[in-house]
Amino acid sequence: MIFKVFKKKELAALYELLAVNAVVGPVRKGTDRHNQPLNDFARVYSFADLALDYSTTVHSPKRFVLPYRKDLARFTVNEQKWRKETDLDTERPVVFFGMHACDINALNKLDKVLAESVYPVSSYIRKRRNMFIIGLNCRPSPQCFCRSMGTDSVLHGYDMFLTDLGDKYFAEISSVTAFNFLQQIKCRDPGPGDERQYEAVTAEKTARFTTEVDTSDLTKILDLEFYSPAWDRWGRKCLSCGTCANVCPTCYCYGVEESVDLNLQEAHKTRFLYSCNLHDFAKVAGGHNFRPLASTRLKYRYYHKHRGFVEAFEESLCVGCGRCGAACLAGITPPEVIADVRGKKKCVHGREEKHDE
Amino acid sequence: MTNRVTPYDTPGRHGRCRAGDPASFESSFQAEITNIYSLTAREKLYQIQLVDQEERNRFMFRPGQFVMLEIPGIGEAPFSISSSPLRHGNLELCIRAVGNLTNFLDRVRRGCSVGISGPFGTHFPVENMHGQDILLIAGGLGIVPLRSPLWEVLDNRNRYGTVDIIYGAKRPVELLFTYQYEEWRQFDINLQITVDQGDKDWHGSVGLITEILKERLNRDGDALAAKTCAIVCGPPVMFHFVCDMLIKAGIPMQKIFVSLERRMHCGRGKCCRCNIGSTYTCLDGPVFDYWSAMNLKEAI
Repeated sequence: MIFKVFKKKELAALYELLAVNAVVGPVRKGTDRHNQPLNDFARVYSFADLALDYSTTVHSPKRFVLPYRKDLARFTVNEQKWRKETDLDTERPVVFFGMHACDINALNKLDKVLAESVYPVSSYIRKRRNMFIIGLNCRPSPQCFCRSMGTDSVLHGYDMFLTDLGDKYFAEISSVTAFNFLQQIKCRDPGPGDERQYEAVTAEKTARFTTEVDTSDLTKILDLEFYSPAWDRWGRKCLSCGTCANVCPTCYCYGVEESVDLNLQEAHKTRFLYSCNLHDFAKVAGGHNFRPLASTRLKYRYYHKHRGFVEAFEESLCVGCGRCGAACLAGITPPEVIADVRGKKKCVHGREEKHDE
Repeated sequence: MTNRVTPYDTPGRHGRCRAGDPASFESSFQAEITNIYSLTAREKLYQIQLVDQEERNRFMFRPGQFVMLEIPGIGEAPFSISSSPLRHGNLELCIRAVGNLTNFLDRVRRGCSVGISGPFGTHFPVENMHGQDILLIAGGLGIVPLRSPLWEVLDNRNRYGTVDIIYGAKRPVELLFTYQYEEWRQFDINLQITVDQGDKDWHGSVGLITEILKERLNRDGDALAAKTCAIVCGPPVMFHFVCDMLIKAGIPMQKIFVSLERRMHCGRGKCCRCNIGSTYTCLDGPVFDYWSAMNLKEAI
């Protein structure tokens, strides 16, 4: 890995160099009821619009690789005959400016199932190949439990990763494109002082995490606790609205819908993202529903994230960004659910309490 | 232009979209429904032929696999292939009119053009069952995926020991493939049919599959464990009872095979609709040996 250091004001120059491409980054969208800023990823048209000091975004950057609705195929229908055409999936390059480690890790996890398994999804791969990612070290907010999931740092999947060292940025470079761009701005090799400063900043970040999830032996514990009453407790709260999957950076489940155009000559096949918490997720024609209860659907979501995906790819599908817990209308958060299933109350600041039951 | 982070993709020579690209995630074969036979009030047997002669010759499948059948603008759904893997030509799908797509299929006529992709999924390993006694247990529509391994066994009849089929339906009028029973029996098999509720024309047995199964299991005794392979398919509630009986009778779990059904939107391990845990019914299934199925929570 090559490291570079550059002054903070050089970042604007870097932005200008990159801005011939479409740029996506965190922008301030408004404030919530506690007057806290709400951020989200969006197309950026000026460096001043970037809110690089953001703690988290409401939605994940998932929609830029997995749009909520996408046409999979078009049909031209002519009497009894028809012709199916699929998109060429040509993509323009997109610069992602200021993505946190959890979201980069989330894309790496999506790659495993969408790009690196049998039947790769070409539209996803094209989008991924045309991404230029500038990562940004974050300051954890109270909801973050990425450290427990091992996703608080990222090893690959970005072009350049920046750490704020006060008046300068410490850049980790992992692609030749990023290296070439840094040649065009004023930057230097890091000295011993910079390295120490970098270590101090990451150590300080680590100390800031307040939420923890005990993931030791979680796959086995989930199997053992399959019939735990904890699932019913949380299932009774769950509204089955699918908000968690909407904001999740790694939820990729979808449904397919076909529709005929009004001229009756053309038809479309559309993919739309779905949520396993919605009532009809596993309902088959004829009316049988394999997961009719909110508790069984909630449980399935945790099993897929923390057990099934681990079984298939040796890592959890959850990156610990805490968005689902923050967005949940019923106040269901993964740290609390997992602690409850393990028979412990949520672990806050290292304190653990055994459940009364 | 030097600051482009990646070069633009070169647009395809054929404009914005392409048709029939085998590398596409959405690739499918054009096929034609060549014959439709009404089996009962709700189920029809569709004979389907790929339009392209070369593709038709290349199309191979194993018993128990499924295809995704698509009608433009109406929908796409998975269907078990119900014909013999060893006889080339028509694919046979037995379909009950029960949802959007299947109710549409119920109304189409011969010559209707459909899209077929696949075959997908795992299969019943009948090629490893040579020398074994075969026990096929089907409930209701469960006979549909079992007809394919049955035909493969019948087409190689001398390689297998005894062949037993136990098939149950709710009522006599709901029995499928009645016209073929005599043909099957000519292959020296023991076909036992039962209905939950007889009617005035029904002279066969009335009762649950499990009762007939009990007789069959008692008849063989210890020989069962050594050389019997069981293939089970039926409604979700049936698996539990039937598989329990088979295991109690001494058939090892890895020699019992089940075919599971789930909702599917892609058939290619992406949409997660068929997931049991994170096991995809479309990639890791639909055929599981009982050991694997039992280890999956909520599978059976």
